Amino acid sequence: MSVTTNMPQALCELPEGMEYIPNPVEEFIRTDRMPHIWCPGCGIGTTVNCFARALHNAKVNLDNVVVVSGIGCTGRVAGYVELDSFHTTHGRAIPFATGLKLANPKLTVVVYSGDGDLAAIGGNHFIHAARRNMDLKIICVNNFTYGMTGGQAGPTTPGTAITTTTPYGCYEEPFNLPYLAESCGAVYVARWTAFHVRQITHAMTEALKKKGFTFIEILSPCPTLYLRRNKLGEGLDMMNYFKEASVIKPGANTKEVALSYQGPIIVGKFVDVERPTFLEMMNQQVQRTLHAQYTGCADDHVRS
Amino acid sequence: MKADPSGVLTGIHFLDGDQACCEGALAAGCRFAAGYPITPSTEVVERFAQRVPQLGGMFIQMEDELASSIAIQGAVWAGAKAFTVTSGPGFSLMMEHIGYAAMTETPCVFVNVQRGGPSTGLPTLPAQADMMQARWGSHGDYEAISVCPNSPQEAFDLTIEAFNLSEKYRVPVMVMMDECVGHMTEKVVVPPASEIEITPRRFTNLKPGEYLPYRAEADGVPDFARAGEGYHFHISGVTHDERGYVAANAATQQKLVRRLVDKIRSRVDEIVRYEETFVEDAEIVLVAYGITARVALRAVQMAREQGIRAGLLRPLVVWPFPEKPIRELAQRAGMSGFVVPELNLGQIVHEVERCVAGRVPTRLVPHAGGTVHRPEEILEAIVEVARGEKKTAVEPCPAGVGR
Amino acid sequence: MDAELLPIGRRCFVQMTENPQSSGANRPPEKTKKVRGIVYLNANRCKGCGFCIAFCPQHVLEFSADFNAQGYHPPRLNDPDGCTGCDLCGLYCPDFAIHGVMLKYAPKPAEKPASEAREVRP
Repeated sequence: MSVTTNMPQALCELPEGMEYIPNPVEEFIRTDRMPHIWCPGCGIGTTVNCFARALHNAKVNLDNVVVVSGIGCTGRVAGYVELDSFHTTHGRAIPFATGLKLANPKLTVVVYSGDGDLAAIGGNHFIHAARRNMDLKIICVNNFTYGMTGGQAGPTTPGTAITTTTPYGCYEEPFNLPYLAESCGAVYVARWTAFHVRQITHAMTEALKKKGFTFIEILSPCPTLYLRRNKLGEGLDMMNYFKEASVIKPGANTKEVALSYQGPIIVGKFVDVERPTFLEMMNQQVQRTLHAQYTGCADDHVRS
Repeated sequence: MKADPSGVLTGIHFLDGDQACCEGALAAGCRFAAGYPITPSTEVVERFAQRVPQLGGMFIQMEDELASSIAIQGAVWAGAKAFTVTSGPGFSLMMEHIGYAAMTETPCVFVNVQRGGPSTGLPTLPAQADMMQARWGSHGDYEAISVCPNSPQEAFDLTIEAFNLSEKYRVPVMVMMDECVGHMTEKVVVPPASEIEITPRRFTNLKPGEYLPYRAEADGVPDFARAGEGYHFHISGVTHDERGYVAANAATQQKLVRRLVDKIRSRVDEIVRYEETFVEDAEIVLVAYGITARVALRAVQMAREQGIRAGLLRPLVVWPFPEKPIRELAQRAGMSGFVVPELNLGQIVHEVERCVAGRVPTRLVPHAGGTVHRPEEILEAIVEVARGEKKTAVEPCPAGVGR
Repeated sequence: MDAELLPIGRRCFVQMTENPQSSGANRPPEKTKKVRGIVYLNANRCKGCGFCIAFCPQHVLEFSADFNAQGYHPPRLNDPDGCTGCDLCGLYCPDFAIHGVMLKYAPKPAEKPASEAREVRP
């Protein structure tokens, strides 16, 4: 029997006179672009569910939320959310987002991108935005590979993993992204896996409400490439690995949360501190020097 | 519309080209800049950083040119007018994002104060060797506009023009200065704001839900919307349809990229600007731009003193190239040839040759950069053309160029 | 790891014929069951990943024998009364194909899904 309809159908009998209640994620996604391009078992869509719920929970004005992505599978998130969104160049989501935020500080700017985009080609921008405590919300979906281009090794690929550019096994030390983020000055650092849907939602909600450079790493399966090449099964198998191997350690020392190939995973919220943002520091400093002559970078002055 | 007086430094000033360029940007309404230090352009943003806290605006020194060239585009989409400033090595780094600006139709200005190259080259000395790069530097098919000031006054005027052109056509515009113009100090007259014409950004009047970010209006240019106003639009550098959605197929490519290019190609006559001096009766026309044009004018005067009817055609807008006047001149009776002095080993000369189409000789006066031509060098070429000496347009340069 | 977790993808149909229905063995006892849920499925978005089936706390979802337009087996509810409407299936689904609605409260047309009334716990 084949199912041909595109409307959601209830899988069981409904009570008398019950109206259809839509999926809470529907108002946040561009339904005219469904189904999306992500593979069966890919975890990116799962993180988008969490993001939709976090937007709702944080009560942010959706007109002020902007999502900026780079290039890659996670980079396609920007195109699927029903918000002002930008699909920029590879590695440069963070500086683009910086320009948006500084020209209109009222915007809530979310950078949603992948491990290679943010930490390899985008690495320099990542560390400087963290250093400056630029008020950006970074969501890094880490699937240990460059998925869109066919499964090459990336800065988070763990040692011994097979990828197309390390056909005999990877031999590089991967980044410990939470450690990198904290050491560069991020004020909120957390890692979860796509299995930890409630925790991701909560972390994203906290990050949306927090000022400054927030970083959430979400480990996710890439079934078509990373899992297949390493014979790690399907997306569900990786989700089960996440479930089994994760140890929740809130406040853990980020130096000690490095990942290894199919090894233990330390998850949790590691850093949640306060620090003035880039704009706060700028305003404070220039005010100190210019006093009454400083007009501030008030929004209306910058925007035409 | 007229310029906002708060950014216009009305009066008579003694400024160098870099400083005048900054004043031009401010007069044009630019209040956002991102940049990275690189000689000989740094003074533009140094002045901007000093000016904007008192005007209301933002300068951020980014970590590299890749970041600068895209941060300005983020600012544009938040509603600001933005520019960045660089020289050769940084210009090369910015190429991807110049392409992104062309593809996403982001109006912004890139200033390149050219210096000797290739590579690190001559950081403190002039050249004009990035001219082809300004047109073709990024990958793919696109059209960008380039203006070429020859003085600090023009650095002021043409920077305003650059912003206006970028808003009108929604393309990135390059201000191709050179170190000589950038670092020479001359009188710059800044008129009252009421005398400065500014092209405003054309925002959409449609409501969210009706607006499509890439549906072109009658002039081939879509209306703009800025982030944060409820439009919920999507912008992508991937080939996209009118909704901005990724549509990576040949049909959309044809439609989109041809429109991007035709925006400029179909309106070249509105965009080109050039100045003709002594061209009406000239038998030899010099084509020169930027600082070289000033030396060329001297050579023209010297030639006239010798009885050679030389003239100068100086493009102020180098891209799109002023093909029409060159073609017409090439076909004019009595023309002996063209002489193209430029501070490079042959770039714009190829455009001239293309337009001349072999009707008369085209003679390059090359220079590897580091200083400007001597008028005598250019005069020599004029005399040779006048005598009908056959030389190929572009010759291998003898060792120790810059004689 | 629960040995009953169904493999997904091409293998699932084979597994199904060996084990046509899950027993609903994890259905909570009657006296503690206070809530009921409805599951909605947008079958043509489903890519048969199996997350909803594996992570349903009540184990009331399984692969159906149907095919959707892409050739995947969408899930079906094998025990409607066992569903609590927790919407974990919806939260996990990477394809936005399925969601659950809790019927603890009487649904009104304009109300947000009752499942959102639950606190998200860290």
